[in-house]
This record gives sequence, C-alpha cells and structure tokens, in this order.
Amino acid sequence: MKIRILIGAVCLCMSPIAAADFGRLLATGGLTTIEGAGGGGIVPWATLSSYAEQGQWGGTLAYNHANVRDYQLDVAAATLNYDNRVEFSYAQQRFTLESLGGELEQAIYGVKYRLYGDVVYGKAPQISMGALHKKNTTFALPNAVGATDDSGTDFYLAATKAWLDGPWHRTWLANLTVRATKANEMGLLGFGGDKKDDYSLVAEASVGMFINRHWIVGVEYRQKPNHLNFADEQDWHDVFVGWFPTKRIAVALAYTNLKTIAGAPEQSGVYGSMQVTF
Amino acid sequence: MRDLSVFRALLLILTVFMSHQVAANSDTTAARSTALYDELGGHDGIRQMMETFVLNIAEDERVVHHFVNADIERFHTQISEHICELSGGPCTYKGASMPEVHKGMNISRAEFNAIVENLITAMETHDVAVSTQNRLLAILAAMHNDVIQR
Repeated sequence: MKIRILIGAVCLCMSPIAAADFGRLLATGGLTTIEGAGGGGIVPWATLSSYAEQGQWGGTLAYNHANVRDYQLDVAAATLNYDNRVEFSYAQQRFTLESLGGELEQAIYGVKYRLYGDVVYGKAPQISMGALHKKNTTFALPNAVGATDDSGTDFYLAATKAWLDGPWHRTWLANLTVRATKANEMGLLGFGGDKKDDYSLVAEASVGMFINRHWIVGVEYRQKPNHLNFADEQDWHDVFVGWFPTKRIAVALAYTNLKTIAGAPEQSGVYGSMQVTF
Repeated sequence: MRDLSVFRALLLILTVFMSHQVAANSDTTAARSTALYDELGGHDGIRQMMETFVLNIAEDERVVHHFVNADIERFHTQISEHICELSGGPCTYKGASMPEVHKGMNISRAEFNAIVENLITAMETHDVAVSTQNRLLAILAAMHNDVIQR
C-alpha cells in the first residue's frame, strides 16, 4: 500500500518534467538496483540513472522483486538525475520472511555524484561516489539478533566502463565498486553488531555483454560484511539478462544466489526488475 | 573462499578486457585491413548508408539546426570519404580536421549522442551487422573530444 502511494506521488511530482530530453545513448542509464541507486541489480554503478545529459533532467521509477526459497524482497524505487552529474534516489524495501513469518522494512535515501569521465567516451572509466542512508523501520528483530543501530549510511566509489567494440566485436560493460558499510544484510538486519560495530570495506563487481543494442547478459558479485554473531553473512551473486526495448523501459531478469541468509541456507531464486524512465 | 574465487574470476575477466583493448588499439596503427570497409559495402554501400544518415539528421529536430547552412551534397560526399578512409578503404578524406570542422558549432554532448543515434539507425536500415556497427562506432567515438563544445 505504502509502495503504491509512493509511486503515485512520484508520478504526480514528475509530470511537469516528463518531457525531459533523453540525451544519452540507449542503456547507458542502466537499471535500478535493489537499494534504489542506478546500476545493475545488486551493485550500484558509476552511471547515473535515466538518460539526462549535461543540462538535462531525468528520472526513473522502478519495481524490483526477488523470490528465493524462504524470503521475498520487494523494492519500489525512484530516482532523479540532473546534468548527468548528480543522482538522488529513494527506495522502500520490504523483506518477507516466508517460513518464519513477519516482515522487515527499510527506507533508503541515496545520492550519487559523478566525479569524472564518461562510461562510453574516452579511455578512462566513469567514476562516481555515492552514499546510501538507510533507516530500518522494523528494528525489533534486528535488535534481538545483535544489531546495534536501526540506521546507517553506506559510502561507495564506483568505476564503470563500456567498450563499444569489445571481444567478439560486442559492446561490453564492466563495473567495480568499493563500499564502506555497517549494514547487516543490506540493513534489513540493522547496522553494526555484537561481532563488529565498525565499518567494513567490501568489493562489488559487474560484467556484461550487449548481444545487440537492446539485450545485455552479465554477472554480478557482491561481497558482504560480517557484523553479527548469530549468523554468517554470505556474498551474493547473480546472472542477469537485461532488455532495453526503448529509452522509456528497461527490464531485467536474473537468477540470483543469496546463499545462506540469517541461517536459512540455499536462498537461490529469481529476480525481476522493471524500470520506467522520464 | 568460494566467494573470493568468484571475485578473482571477475577481476581476471576485467584484465582480459583491458589487454584486448590495448591490442585493439595497436591494431589500428598496424597494417590497415579493408575488412571493415568491405563489410560496410565498399564505396557504394558507404555512400548509400551515409545518404540515409544525412536524411535522418535532416528530420531530427534535436540537431538539424546545426546543418541549416550546410551544403548537404558536399557534407554527404565528405563524410562518405571520411568513413571510407577510416574503415580502411581506398579513399583520402580531403576535408578539414575534426576540431576545425566543428569549431564554433558548440555541439553539446547530447547532440553528439543524437548524431550517433542517427548513424545507428542508418546502419540498421542498411542491415549492417552488430559487430560491424560496433567497429565503426568505436572508431568514431574516439573523435568525441574533437567534436563537442568546440
């Protein structure tokens, strides 16, 4: 319900700028991650969401859903980009505990700033830095398993580069992200913990190949910190297919392996993402 | 540990890309092959494709204002010659350098991308294979800095 209201509100707010120009090339806006920032599925990239170029505004609305053995994750997200320089994002996550019962929720406010370069042009990668401020609104369970705080802020530095004429004369994209975080399971299990109550540095990466201008296949990897004694956190990966039929629409489907979450093993399943760009 | 090996594999893939890119760059300075020129359909194929490209630009309100005073016939001939030469064909582009041509035009980043899109549409219209499109686009994308905001 909350999510529907959010989408409705954002639609209303954005209607005056619905005629924003799409000054960048197809697919360079990427997708919307589960944390709201522009990127792949689980890794934020240096690219900024939407197709706004210098002097232009752009925005996206997205809905992501992951369905693994014992859990479901629903994410509604919105982003705004000005000048292809700064991106603001908001995401509302709802994590449903299918077998245990109950839900975990958090809101994520993001900002990303492009420091240098362009993902397509020039030899150097595009480099951006970003912050994701997260507020867990269901802290009772995280608190009970040893988390220290109900809110926290991730900081990341991302480098993304596309090669128009890469191996097999296909366009390739690679991204490396380094993140400082106190978040347990992204923040759904709170921030900091009885094992470690300090920032951890984690690495994340994505590699994709465009079969043609509209279709990309790729893999993602995301290292996770370990702040709680009650259960080890495990790294995530996924294999994805992205479809960019037009600049308005982007769709991704992934097979994701989240391994053991909160002690429940073999959390693999499907992930779907749908994005509309303004 | 398995997680770490996945990460190492990704890093390895990245390294392979970088080295591929270095190799591709040195290719362009080595003995020129006419392969790309041939794949684009040679002299006639390039001229026809460039005609579609020019017509696409003429209908594109985002960029057409840059061409209102242009001699379209001359532009068509020169860009065809230039593409012919860049793709390894037996032509010599006799026009001015890219920075000179675009001096004072103040072409924005968005307008450059619009031109790229017109080129891609022209290549699609002429059924140019994705691999061939990418080879040409990579050569032209290297001119980005010589063209924009001059």
